[in-house]
Amino acid sequence: MNTRSRLFWSILILGVAALVSQPALAAEKTLKVGVYGGYFKDSFDKHIFPDFTKETGIKVESVAEPTGEAWLVQLEQASKAGVAPADVNMIAQVAMLKGQKTSLWMPLDLAKIPNHKNLLPVFVHKYPDGKVDGIGAVSWYITLVSNTKVFPAAPASWGDMWSADKKDKLGLLALASNSFLLEVTATTFFGGTQVLDTKEGVQKVLDKLAAVKPNVKLWYRDEAQFEQALKSGEIPMGQYYHDVATLASKEHPVRSTFPKEGGILDSGSWAVTKACKKAEEAHVFIDYMCRPDIQKKLSLKVGTSPTVKKELTGLTDADFAAVSSDIKPIIPRYDIYTGDMSDWINQKWTEMITK
Amino acid sequence: MIGGPPKGLRARLPILYPAAMLVVFFVIPFGIMLAVSFFKREPGGFYTTDFSIGNYANLFTVLFGRVLVFSILISAFCAALCVAVGFPFTYFITRMRRKAQVVWLVVLVSVLSLSAVIVAFAWSIMLSQTAGVSNLLVWLGLMEKAVSWSPGFWALTCGMCYIAFPYTVLVLYPPMSRLDPHLPEAAQTLGASPVTTFFTVVVGSLRSSIVATLIMVFAFTLGTYLIPQILGRPQHWTLSVLITDEAIYRSNLPFASAMAVFFMVVSLALVGLTMLAGKAKEPSPR
Repeated sequence: MNTRSRLFWSILILGVAALVSQPALAAEKTLKVGVYGGYFKDSFDKHIFPDFTKETGIKVESVAEPTGEAWLVQLEQASKAGVAPADVNMIAQVAMLKGQKTSLWMPLDLAKIPNHKNLLPVFVHKYPDGKVDGIGAVSWYITLVSNTKVFPAAPASWGDMWSADKKDKLGLLALASNSFLLEVTATTFFGGTQVLDTKEGVQKVLDKLAAVKPNVKLWYRDEAQFEQALKSGEIPMGQYYHDVATLASKEHPVRSTFPKEGGILDSGSWAVTKACKKAEEAHVFIDYMCRPDIQKKLSLKVGTSPTVKKELTGLTDADFAAVSSDIKPIIPRYDIYTGDMSDWINQKWTEMITK
Repeated sequence: MIGGPPKGLRARLPILYPAAMLVVFFVIPFGIMLAVSFFKREPGGFYTTDFSIGNYANLFTVLFGRVLVFSILISAFCAALCVAVGFPFTYFITRMRRKAQVVWLVVLVSVLSLSAVIVAFAWSIMLSQTAGVSNLLVWLGLMEKAVSWSPGFWALTCGMCYIAFPYTVLVLYPPMSRLDPHLPEAAQTLGASPVTTFFTVVVGSLRSSIVATLIMVFAFTLGTYLIPQILGRPQHWTLSVLITDEAIYRSNLPFASAMAVFFMVVSLALVGLTMLAGKAKEPSPR
């Protein structure tokens, strides 16, 4: 045998060996978990996934989800082809409802998630027929943030954003369905979000919101863009995520305030698409995430608000206050962004801010 | 073989490959987009396969018209600006020694390796009040106090021109370096000043290259969607930003596709008109 054919045979044998050993590799349990890219993914990779693997033997491969509904669009398209880009996904509430309409989500079996009993009832997400399609993953607040050097006194109300001395000083999220500013304006000036039930009500709220425009310097889609400007004082006030702002406040002149009308309480759910082939492992993971000690760890390490009842977590009052507040939160009206009015609201919103 | 039409499969193979790539990566995706633009939007859901012109009918709004006109105007403006600066710039480069030319071109090409995100963030910091160039001007005594220039129209213009400029030079460079140096010399021998020579001889003989570059930069800047988000205010958001919002944040793919198709048709029509106009003015072949 000359060298060349020997090489050929060795490669062939190696190849066959690799193929034969495939099932052995597959026997190792793995799970792909989709988490919002950036801060959340980094935190989960560091604090949550390694311990989960240690305890259950299931190896987690984390997938960075893009913001917005891009991930939902990808899941929809992939699901039609019978593919699941990730087995368990962290999904925002508006996207949860949109996925429901196309029956994208696999119904979850609560019997396999005994820890669901710990959850606050709002965190068990259901199809209209009562089947469970999502379990609360994390919840977080969007609050009023400000630069302490530019504004030595903390603002007290969302209404402060409208005052004349804030001209060209605010950074706000650019879309109706991620800023929830309609809900904020409705709660601050119209006594609650029920005014958003009708088109006339939405129009009134939009008109009020239009008055804040001269004060807005930046309508942002990308968090990093505002965070940088907030830290430097370039854009010294606005709405932002309480968890990241609190983290930033340790090194920068930044503060996060729960206004007297309440912070915006938003959340993400764990959801599994029908194309997922690892339902068993997915249930194990979701159950693990509902454990009070894990939610406590998330609050302490990541700064999210717990999805389980406060008394179960064993968080001290001070720790709880750092991630949440006893002021009644503003709960977004997810229904209006998925209902019949949704396209109309989005168009009016874009017209309002681009005018 | 040379000059004759290709015969047999073997001779046609080299052209089959790019043709297949064009079909796979351009024709098919565009076909899908065209098809989706006729699908029916499910409010609050996804879409259903259908044939409806409703998405196109929804385009006829003041908002869409205003954003369409703005997108076309700012791209045209940036194209004009890039060529106005890039043309003399490229001319000077072609007049340098070979080695210096290479250095300049490499620097320009390396700018292309920066992503639009980095470019936009860099400009937003450079034009900021807290860390921007206005602080430098204050230090030099040219300004009273530091100001913020971003986000705004000129910040957006800077960002868009910055990413388009290397392409401008790279497109202008080949025809300009082929320009016979005897032409301007002859003009000057006959008594024309350097400035007159530049505008009449150099600009004049490269007119079709200028039109081609304008069209290229125009089409290129039409597609930017990240830079207007970061460096522009909402009134400066281009159609590409609205298309992104519809597709990514509202999962309204049919409407986003309809906008994209319509946008493409309008810009192709504009490019066609420009080329026709350019041809009409072209002197008869020498």
